[in-house]
Amino acid sequence: MSDPVWTDVCDLDEIDEEDVMRFDHDGRTFAIYRAPDGTPFATDGLCSHEHVHLAGGLVMDDTIECPKHNGRFNYRTGAALRAPVCVNLATYPARIADGRIEILI
Amino acid sequence: MTATTDPHIRDYSLTGTDTARAKATGLANAEWYHTDVPRKVMKDLMQRRDGPAIRDTAIWFAVLGLSAWGGIAFWGTWGAVPFWLIYGVMYGSACDSRWHECGHGTAFRTGWMNDVVYQIASFMVVRNPVTWRWSHARHHTDTIIVGRDPEIACMRPPNVFRLLMAYAGVIDMAESIRGIARQAGGTLTDGEKDYIPESERPKAILVARVHMAIYAATLALALATWSWIPLMLIGGPRIYGAWHMLMTGLIQHCGLAENVTDHRLNSRTVYMNPVSRWIYWNMNYHVEHHMFPMVPYHALPRLHEVLKHDLPAANPSIWDAYREAIPAVLRQAREPDYYIRKPLPATAQPYKMDTVNV
Ligand code: FES
Repeated sequence: MSDPVWTDVCDLDEIDEEDVMRFDHDGRTFAIYRAPDGTPFATDGLCSHEHVHLAGGLVMDDTIECPKHNGRFNYRTGAALRAPVCVNLATYPARIADGRIEILI
Repeated sequence: MTATTDPHIRDYSLTGTDTARAKATGLANAEWYHTDVPRKVMKDLMQRRDGPAIRDTAIWFAVLGLSAWGGIAFWGTWGAVPFWLIYGVMYGSACDSRWHECGHGTAFRTGWMNDVVYQIASFMVVRNPVTWRWSHARHHTDTIIVGRDPEIACMRPPNVFRLLMAYAGVIDMAESIRGIARQAGGTLTDGEKDYIPESERPKAILVARVHMAIYAATLALALATWSWIPLMLIGGPRIYGAWHMLMTGLIQHCGLAENVTDHRLNSRTVYMNPVSRWIYWNMNYHVEHHMFPMVPYHALPRLHEVLKHDLPAANPSIWDAYREAIPAVLRQAREPDYYIRKPLPATAQPYKMDTVNV
């Protein structure tokens, strides 16, 4: 596997604070979040319960609720918080550089 | 309205021929149709609030308490009857919508409030809170997909006698208690094992034992005091007060399509009077709920306004929904492949018809 690299995602203001966006890259899909204070975060894009994009869900404080069965994850840690999700999400470092969000994948 | 000529015998079990068929044809875990809604609008509709559910739960418990008081105070006289009628519906019907909405975690913003009301309502509606959480998740993944959905109320061909008897509440209560007793004994069916992960099964058995212990204590109290009152208060209302739950619940999907991936074809939105909507927590907006289960009950009327250009016309009343569903269900007794296909408005996207009735 090649070394992880910082990958450009989007302008910071393309994602509202306390919201999430889908990001597809290199055959993979990610969910990119901004916390209520604006800090960016990134996780796998698909729910660990079924094949559903988390970007259609609801960000509340530091959780993302899946749009299909309302399972919840902490998007900062990837921890599964509420059934029917039982398996944690992978998380990826995210940062702001020159007004753009980048993630390390 | 549609029927095909070569009906196949349906197998509604979750481990049978239709299960294999649903998986093979891509009906299981399929992509479903969704009306396009701008992200900002949807985000606003999904917002959680504690206020409406705290208000409704306070009213619910107050009405339960007052009607129970009246039923006991006037016990043995005709004056007790209206109190028990109210108590019955508050216990045996309102529990269903509270179970449902709190199971989704959308009623309250605060998680523990959803969990507390979910546990209480699950007990009242005689559903194991663990097994039914998973069963309902499957109902949302594979809504009315034969062989996949464990919550299909109107199977085809229909057992009309059974559907009628459902209103008396006895059959459903007897089956629910039998199910909880079986789980308390440590046995889960193959169907339950199909949708409940292994790690959750011990919890399902534990909670079934707690429920059975409460029923046993209630029965013991009734025998010790030689009184019906404990049974009128606990368990009994699930029989004598379940009629409203069944009246509203049976029109969610009955008479509509099976094996489709467009909720506009298999779910029904019905305008209802405000009292029924309060008891039912707005689940009369059923197409809307299935399409966007993230939207809490108090925002469903707004969601309906956003979606209605893309939905078949709502039934204007409960009565109208029955006038539509009853002839269809009776016809399904003769023609199991028959279902109602409602016209869409000119503003709607066409139905997603790729997998209809395969
Ligand atoms: S698909 Fe995410 S909770 Fe089920």
